[in-house]
Order: sequence, then structure tokens, then C-alpha cells
Amino acid sequence: MRPFVYARPATLPEAVALLAAHGPDARILAGGTDLIIRLRDGSLAPAVVVDLKRIPELRAAIGEIGGRVTISAGTVMTDIAADSLVRRHFPALAEAAAVVGSVQIRNRATLAGNVCNASPAADTAPALLVYDAGIVAEGPGGSRHIRVDDFFVRSGVTTLARGELVRAIVLPLPTRRMGAVHVRRTRRRGHDLASVTLCCAVDDAGVTRIAYGSVGPRPVLRIDESGLLADPGASDAAKGALLEAMFAAASPSPRSMRASPEYRLAMLRVLGKRALATAIERLAKGE
Amino acid sequence: MRESHRIAFNVNGRRRSLDVAAHHTLLDVIRDDLELTGTKECCLVGECGACTVIVDGRVVDACLVLAVEADGAEITTVEGLAVDGDLAALQAAFLDTGAVQCGFCTPGQLIAAHALLAENPHPTIAEIQEGLAGNLCRCGCYGQITEAVRAVAGEIAP
Repeated sequence: MRPFVYARPATLPEAVALLAAHGPDARILAGGTDLIIRLRDGSLAPAVVVDLKRIPELRAAIGEIGGRVTISAGTVMTDIAADSLVRRHFPALAEAAAVVGSVQIRNRATLAGNVCNASPAADTAPALLVYDAGIVAEGPGGSRHIRVDDFFVRSGVTTLARGELVRAIVLPLPTRRMGAVHVRRTRRRGHDLASVTLCCAVDDAGVTRIAYGSVGPRPVLRIDESGLLADPGASDAAKGALLEAMFAAASPSPRSMRASPEYRLAMLRVLGKRALATAIERLAKGE
Repeated sequence: MRESHRIAFNVNGRRRSLDVAAHHTLLDVIRDDLELTGTKECCLVGECGACTVIVDGRVVDACLVLAVEADGAEITTVEGLAVDGDLAALQAAFLDTGAVQCGFCTPGQLIAAHALLAENPHPTIAEIQEGLAGNLCRCGCYGQITEAVRAVAGEIAP
């Protein structure tokens, strides 16, 4: 690993000032499960590594205020998967957090890091899109709220500006009853990156939201407001045609090692249908 | 801001204080500075679990933690499992069931299993498999490792 300067700011303004001063020469260290790999393989060689873990406002915390659940930037996957608020209101996010990496990885990897790395395969991204999460960014100009759908650009690139960091992720409490599920396809059972990762939610007004990742440069959200997908009386042919249209944004890379584009597109359809059936079932059962 | 940092932490109950380079990992420092070579270096990308240690009650891959981040932490390595020079029950069970073949993954497996049992004293087979999914064994001793963990959990006679 190439030497760098390690900075451990004690306050948010100090962290923002460091990031603003160094721009692309600074990298944020949260859980480090991606960063340290890239520091070691030389694909990143920042002058400064900014460790955010001693900033009080970013310390691991999940709380409900004003109709929203806020997950602070330092919160790791283990805590999210086990949290009662998340499990009750956003079960598909808890499911996604529970399948990221291994226990060792989940004990370190943060939700904020997962979104900031903007990996197309990020398992939490589809759930965050389905639940219409927001990103609270803190920067030189103060704080701003970014809808998660406006946050992802492509692998490794987000709409965060120079000097900005993620302070928290916020999830509005669902206003309707909802059935939701996260599903994924991996090469092997256990610890692996997803070849397809997908979240589906159906609410009691008949709206179906499907988000999918690892099949293109960024995760994609599609919404069926017509009620067709959630309608038990609708024909399979009609549902199939609509799902086809919703999956039209998938464009898997032929260069990825994990799975061929043909396989990913085939599995996207299989997972999409299964997830839709599970979401409808969960809505009916009130899970 | 300095290239070298003074840190202090407890390792296996013993207070250690030392200077570490910012770009050295916790794994580097445990093996090279503290000379606790039970913790193994292997994949260096967080997939194999050979470098698993417990930091503040939770298992992590020491290859993915900077040493300077561990300042102030409570750390347990495989050397910390034995009690007064006697093997811990889990270690004895690994030997009894044949869970130790080449032995390279064993320290990481033991630490991961130890942390699993501390949190969940009576895990199901599925919970053991999930709890140890971050620890690979190229000898393929998964069955024996699961059996050893179950033996200590009192599910079957050791």
C-alpha cells in the first residue's frame, strides 16, 4: 500500500474542509471494505485518507423523527439488518443489508459507503430506490437532500459535489400498507457479489415498484401505477409485457466476469416474477 | 497530520502501545509488530477470513482495517482463546472432530465461531453456516467445522 496521510477529523466542518481542500486527492474512510482493497491494489492512491468514524454526528444510530427513519452514515449493515424499526417498516432493506458480504464485512461496511461507492451491484440500492430514500449531504455550502434516484450516476460516480459527504440516509415511513422483498442471484451460496440484485414492493393501492441492479451502469427504479402487476385477475401475458417494458433499461456489461449479459437478463426476469409474487403474498399476509 | 501514529489498544487483555504507519493494516501490526502470527494473511480482499479477529466484540477481517483505526479498541486474536494455557472447549472440539486439516484457516474459523457462539450460544446448522460464510477452508472441512461448533453448543456429544 502506498503511504498516505491519515486524518481523523473530530467535527463535520473539519471533515468537509479537508474534503473541499483536497478534492479528488482525498478519499473517505468509513467501513473500508472497498477502500482498503483499492488502496492495496493501487487503483486508488489518495494523498489523504479521511476517517469519519470519530465524528459524533455520524456515529452509528437509527432513529425515527417526523415520519422518517434516519440512518446515520456510520451505521453498519449488521445494525441495519437487526434494527427493529428497519425490519418493521423497510423489511426489504433489512433483507438486503443481511446478505452483503459476510459477517466480517457486515460488521464494518456502512450503508452510506454502499451508496457512495455507487457499485451497480450494491445490494442495498434497489431497496433504497423502492422506499424512495433520500441522501443527506453535508458540504461547504451546508446541508442538502438528494433523492437516491438522483444520486447514482454510474459505477463509482454519484452527484455528490467536491467537499460533500453523506451525513445520513433517510427513509420516509410508508403511508400505505406494503409488501416488499429483496432477492438476488449470486454464483455461489454465501459470500458473493450479486449477478442480479432486485427489490419489489406492492402497496394496497395497487402500485408496484421494482428496482434492479448489477445489470447496467447504475441501479434502476420502475413504477407501475396502473395496478396491473398487483392485480390477481390480470393475465400473465399482460403482466409479462409490462414487466418486459420495466426491464428494458437493463444493459449488462459483456466484460463482467461474474455472469454473461444473456444470463443476467434471463435471471432478471425470473427474479422479477418471483419477487412480485412474494411481495403480493406478503402484502396479503400483512408481513 | 503525520505519517506515523501513536496508538494504544488491548490485545488479548494486554495493553499495547506502539507507533504505526498510517498505511499499515491491523493485520500487519498484529503479525509483524506484535508477533502474534496465529492470525493469517491470505486473500487480502476480505473474502477468505483467514485474518479474522474480534474488534470491540465484533469479528472483522484484519486485512481491511487500518491499524490506526483500532486505536483504543479491545482486540481478541486466536492467541487469546486458550485459558491459562489450556485449549478452549471450541479449540478442543476442532481437534476432536477433525476440523483441523492443513490448519491455515483454523485461527480465523475459531475466532468467527467463538464470536458466533458468544452472540448465539445455540445456533442452528444454517446459522453456523451463515456465521462462518466469511471463512473459507480449502481442505473442505466445512462438515467437521460445523460439527465442532455444534459440539460446543451442546447440540451433540463431542
